[in-house]
Amino acid sequence: MDQELKETVKKYCLDKIEPFLEEDDEQSRFRFEIFKGLGDLGLTGMTLPSEYGGLDMKYSSLCHVLEELAGCSVPYAVTLSVSLMVQAILNEFGDENQKKTYLPKLISGEEIGAFALSESHSGSDASALKTTAKKVSGGYQLNGTKMWITSAGVAKTYIVMARTGEEGSKGISAFIVRDGMEGFEYGKAEKKMGWKTSPTRELIFKNCFVPEENLLLSPGQGFKVAMSALDKGRITIASIAVGVAQRALDESLKYSLEREQFSQSIFNFQGLQFMLADMSTEVEASRLLTHKACEYFDQGKPNQKMASMAKLKATDTAMKVTTDAVQILGGVGYTKEYPVERYMRDAKVLQIVEGTNQIQRVVIARQLKKEAQL
Amino acid sequence: MWFFNAEEKELQNVCRAFAKDIIAPSAAKHDEEETFNLNAFKQMGELGLLGITADPEYGGSGLGATAATIVMEEFGKVCASTTLSYLAHSILCVNNIDKNASKEQKQKYLPKLISGEHVGCMGMSEPEFGSDAVGMQTKATLKGEQYQINGNKMWITNAQFSEVVFLYTRTGKNKKDLSSFIVEKGTPGFSVSKEIHKMGMRASPTGELSFENAMVPKENLVGKEGDSVIHMMKNLELERITISGISLGIAQACVDQCIKYCGERKQFGKNLAHFQMMQKMVAEMASETEMMRHFLYSICKEYDQGNKDNVTASMVKLQLPKMATKIALDAIQLHGGYGYSREFPVERYLRDAKLMEIGAGTNEVMILIIAKNLLQEALR
Repeated sequence: MDQELKETVKKYCLDKIEPFLEEDDEQSRFRFEIFKGLGDLGLTGMTLPSEYGGLDMKYSSLCHVLEELAGCSVPYAVTLSVSLMVQAILNEFGDENQKKTYLPKLISGEEIGAFALSESHSGSDASALKTTAKKVSGGYQLNGTKMWITSAGVAKTYIVMARTGEEGSKGISAFIVRDGMEGFEYGKAEKKMGWKTSPTRELIFKNCFVPEENLLLSPGQGFKVAMSALDKGRITIASIAVGVAQRALDESLKYSLEREQFSQSIFNFQGLQFMLADMSTEVEASRLLTHKACEYFDQGKPNQKMASMAKLKATDTAMKVTTDAVQILGGVGYTKEYPVERYMRDAKVLQIVEGTNQIQRVVIARQLKKEAQL
Repeated sequence: MWFFNAEEKELQNVCRAFAKDIIAPSAAKHDEEETFNLNAFKQMGELGLLGITADPEYGGSGLGATAATIVMEEFGKVCASTTLSYLAHSILCVNNIDKNASKEQKQKYLPKLISGEHVGCMGMSEPEFGSDAVGMQTKATLKGEQYQINGNKMWITNAQFSEVVFLYTRTGKNKKDLSSFIVEKGTPGFSVSKEIHKMGMRASPTGELSFENAMVPKENLVGKEGDSVIHMMKNLELERITISGISLGIAQACVDQCIKYCGERKQFGKNLAHFQMMQKMVAEMASETEMMRHFLYSICKEYDQGNKDNVTASMVKLQLPKMATKIALDAIQLHGGYGYSREFPVERYLRDAKLMEIGAGTNEVMILIIAKNLLQEALR
């Protein structure tokens, strides 16, 4: 099944995505029709229950899809994984009405979902967020600014974390906010090193009224919602990292066999062979660890440590392998005529999102201590 | 550095001020728009930096590797790509003419190149001959009083702005039958055929030079036919050492920016400086930078005292660029999301740093040279 799915994604990437990538990267352009096309293939709701139109598939399958997709375009893979994360939140924590209202269009790919936690002063320290949601008659009034929001501006449904109570994680609540709500605007588009086809913007709330029925669970449960998303987010980011690393390796291998210097293919040089051998070993190790983390998740085993390890290892690998790919392609690798410089630019932020790799180490260490004290 | 002389210390101060006032303010803009900072370039001429190693008789400053590297480091701290263009001009072109050309040729070309009136470049690499530069195929054939030149030169820094090209060509069948020419812009049959868009070093224009039956007067041959390998060898060490100054500049800029950010950014109620992980990153990157600075400048001093050494120069060119890329990656990591955005300069530092591992001899070529020299006996 996964093999068949991978083939489908591969074909779609080659035919529908790849031709636009260089130009769209240069111009920071997102194409909704590409995302919609993923929806037509059933991918935009693949892990959701069939009663809302999903395919009831496991995260292991999703990870295969993301790996394949990221081998073509990291930004579209990220758009898909974030939208699925929003759906997972709605499915897990939403009431029947919320599910019925928002899930079908997200699942079909007619709409995109986005997740808003970070703020300018709370990145790694997420629970220090300052956006407020004040209780008013019939709902809440939101004020504040969210930062680094993937798919901001192109998404229709946002899960927004805002403070309804005390300082710290217990005063945070999760809201469903829709594009176009009064008092909700998009801020400046971030100019980034990579991920250029994926829009990143601020969400600005100025006395934005959100009706009572858009609150997820009860007040103060927001941080629980956010944290539940992270375990999934980490394995999907790890899969994306494996995908882009594999592609960089493929391109390096292809080029090294074709390119001749000193009257022989550069692959003949042992220095290059060793680089490729190391790259390949790292990619495979990262892939196995990521698959293991997915398996744990699908089987309902505690997977926090595994997910963090997979995210840490796979994204470090992606950075190293894409950087080496630029090196192997040499001068052309540094130009926009070959895709590897884009892979390198896209890889870097994988070490930063869904918990920086410093935070992953904190999580892993914390788990190690817990295990030792059992 | 404790061993800089008074002149070098003064030069460092001048360059630091120039970098801060003239280059830094528009560095991000030129990167974004892929434009060359011609204004800054011209002003470098006024300061006497464009012929830093050249004979004072032609307007040069007559200084050595240490001085040139100081300029690279100071400029490299604020804008590596402007510095790369500066290097292509002052070292690859001007120094090459100064060390290899005839008195007449120097008189004709150096004054304008050194004053900043003209921009210069060097043409060596070709699409099919990068690391294997000596295999080049651009051909020059003597036809009466002129040489007819045909072929393409790739990755030429400053191509689009250059009035003068120091060009390497093939004039015979044997691998080392290479000859050098000074080619002027406007020579019939010579054009810049393509602009190359790059990941970084975007304020430094890169182009492809195309020669289609280009006719160059015989008097523009540098030295005699077959002299190119001598020309290349003469400047090799200087090029590898000075270009590594750019990597040092980038690394230092990363360290400075990280220290600043650690004092500004607060998470979990305290600034980043309090977290051991951040302390480790800063301590490691600063130690490496300091170690590399001492390595680089001590090789500069050796060079200036007449001890040219291909092996140590290649070691410099291998280790400094590798270090700069690694440090720039860490600098982004330390800045988190902000590091990935254009609001902070560290993502530019990384994009620029990577080129240094590829241009002017890749890491792999440096390894080859070092190993071949060290293992000379064993390889027999």
